[in-house]
Amino acid sequence: MTGQGLLQLALYVVVLVALVKPLGAYMAAVFRGERTFLSPLLGPVERLIYRISGVDPAHESDWTRYAFDALLVNLLGFIAVYALQRLQGVLPLNPQGLGAISPDSSFNTAVSFATNTNWQGYVGEATMSYLTQMLGLAVQNFLSAATGIAVLIALIRGFVRREAGQIGNFWVDFTRSTLHVLLPLSFILAVVLASQGVVQSFAPYQQVTLVEPVVMQEQTVTEQTLPLGPAASQVAIKQLGTNGGGFFNVNSAHPFENPTPLSNFLEMLAILLIPAALCYTFGRMVNDQRQGWALLAAMLVIFVPLLVGAFAAEQAGNPRFDALGVDQAASAMQPGGNMEGKETRFGIANSALWATATTAASNGSVNSMHDSFTPLGGLAPMWLMQLGEVVFGGVGSGLYGMLMFAVIAVFIAGLMVGRTPEYLGKKIEAYEVKMAAIVLLVPCLAVLLGTAVAVMVPAATASVANPGTHGFSEILYAFSSAGNNNGSAFAGLAANTPFYNFALGIAMWVSRYWLMIPVLAIAGSLAAKRATAITAGTLPTHTPLFVALLVTTVLLVGALTFLPALALGPIVEHLQLHGSH
Amino acid sequence: MIRELRVATIVFLQLTVVTGVVYPGLVTLVAAVAFPTQASGSLVRVDGKLVGSRLIGQSFSSPRHFWGRPSATGPAPNNGAVSSGSNQGPLNPALALAVERRIAALRAADPDNTRPVPVDLVTASGSGLDPQISVAAAEFQVPRVARERGLPEAKVRELVRAATAGRTLGVLGEPRVNVLELNLALDAER
Repeated sequence: MTGQGLLQLALYVVVLVALVKPLGAYMAAVFRGERTFLSPLLGPVERLIYRISGVDPAHESDWTRYAFDALLVNLLGFIAVYALQRLQGVLPLNPQGLGAISPDSSFNTAVSFATNTNWQGYVGEATMSYLTQMLGLAVQNFLSAATGIAVLIALIRGFVRREAGQIGNFWVDFTRSTLHVLLPLSFILAVVLASQGVVQSFAPYQQVTLVEPVVMQEQTVTEQTLPLGPAASQVAIKQLGTNGGGFFNVNSAHPFENPTPLSNFLEMLAILLIPAALCYTFGRMVNDQRQGWALLAAMLVIFVPLLVGAFAAEQAGNPRFDALGVDQAASAMQPGGNMEGKETRFGIANSALWATATTAASNGSVNSMHDSFTPLGGLAPMWLMQLGEVVFGGVGSGLYGMLMFAVIAVFIAGLMVGRTPEYLGKKIEAYEVKMAAIVLLVPCLAVLLGTAVAVMVPAATASVANPGTHGFSEILYAFSSAGNNNGSAFAGLAANTPFYNFALGIAMWVSRYWLMIPVLAIAGSLAAKRATAITAGTLPTHTPLFVALLVTTVLLVGALTFLPALALGPIVEHLQLHGSH
Repeated sequence: MIRELRVATIVFLQLTVVTGVVYPGLVTLVAAVAFPTQASGSLVRVDGKLVGSRLIGQSFSSPRHFWGRPSATGPAPNNGAVSSGSNQGPLNPALALAVERRIAALRAADPDNTRPVPVDLVTASGSGLDPQISVAAAEFQVPRVARERGLPEAKVRELVRAATAGRTLGVLGEPRVNVLELNLALDAER
């Protein structure tokens, strides 16, 4: 590891934490319905939307109705993305004349973008028309993220309200997330990204004449195609909304999607910005900011060591190259390390940082190819996904997942001392623990069951690109990603096949909605409860002791569930790489 | 139920217009006014002819030019139409083979150079379109390019420095040399 690299990691964490309070306080104001400095601009738009659609913003609903509305609008999103892909050949804004996308790939991508996963089975610049990208994919980037935030806000209301039947109006939370949070941040980021060289254009792809023709056996290539499109606007929201689906095939490794160190820093910041700030929003809304800081601390305690570990592993390089006469040592003139699949402008530190941030959050965008990481460098992102996407996690969904772990943590603590567990003044009883357990177990099931089936199906193992144990890692990574709504990949796996399109589509679907529904059920159940008095016997949930308990719960569940599978993949590979040559 | 579906559909359509039409339209407008060059691909022209983008790497194999990062795109390297990395794992024999072949090519073009090869010069980039190489990778090639072109090494190093960008604000990213800009500057020399 280099000092320069560590400095960049430290700067990132410091800037991120510094933005938590201002943005978190702003979002708390938005969801309490207070006026903000953007209200004069966005308030009229919001009211117009309610008026035209007949939504009464003052009318709240119980949790079943809230869940129904959320599922309904997600279903519409799914249908829209599916239809746009199938029909893009006859629709406008398609200068490359790209044809309809296959039904199985369209299904996969539609589920993927509705569930905030953005698993990329397709090659953006070669398959998606400008219209599909901006009217299908980018819109879902906003709306799936807004769904996650809305569900979190409903859960927070469950903690705050006493003996209440209602948890909020889904349409209000959904519209406010989109208009007041995601839209302004995206607009600012998109314009800055365009200034750095992220393309934003509706012109057809540009043909240029190569300076030096490429002579191959069959033919000589004299021209290069430069893909264009409305990328900056889409890249901004795919980073901010923990979506991650790239405009281009290689996502933010593409120079037109992430051209400079500054664009890279801002895109990385955007990955964790909202999930981190929502911790503060949570603290504000439950009227005890220490509760929010405690959850953020738990996330950082898991994130930082894995980040440094991934950086160290990648900087150490590939021992197989040493014998070939390759210089992998870091110096003032080169970043060194394992540069396969990495971009020169980002080097090792920024590639490791992005890989860790994008999998800690359920973002799934990449600026380097995770498939070419060293075994331990690849283990960090894989395990971060398997932890259930609660270390920051998706916008909204990460924090509601972490709150489920908090429920389990106070339950375990309650078992130890023989008291009924409480969290934020609400008794945690059998119903809440059962629902939280579903939230914890469904993704584990999707990942392990999916991987187990895939390794037994010849059509699935045929997609593997790398021989040996790394091939198993590719499959495990794919289901870890889909089963936790992340979306990144060990991209060597040829996943645009009917098997993976359907299997991963089902994993994404189950892990999104069978988490969201139990979470909303808990919100409803908590809202109906009375507040319990704080006594000497109450476990405080803002202390370092509770942070330690929460971190231990997350790590234990993650380790016990996934270590055997990881042992067959990256751990064996690490031993092979560093064992006898 | 019907009422709910109606509400959902209308909210969905309205937000689609806001986030899928107005928002990208507004960004396009602002970008076109404020950053027209960047937003349309940072294109490079020589004598009025489009020769590439300063952000997209091209493939160079003549010893008279600096070579860029190896590219794993197919069928041709640096194929802008389909960006791609190699996705080869660290133990993949094909990766070791590819690295050996690239080292052999560098050695063949410059037999006197026995220094170890900077890693970024023999490993495929993430995008397959990386426009830059490390300063070490450029320095490694300076003697070859100078000899092939009959230029003093000091002159070539000067051009390398002109095509080099440091860390942003002294902190972010890595120092790097833009290969297309460097080669165009070399070609302009004579």
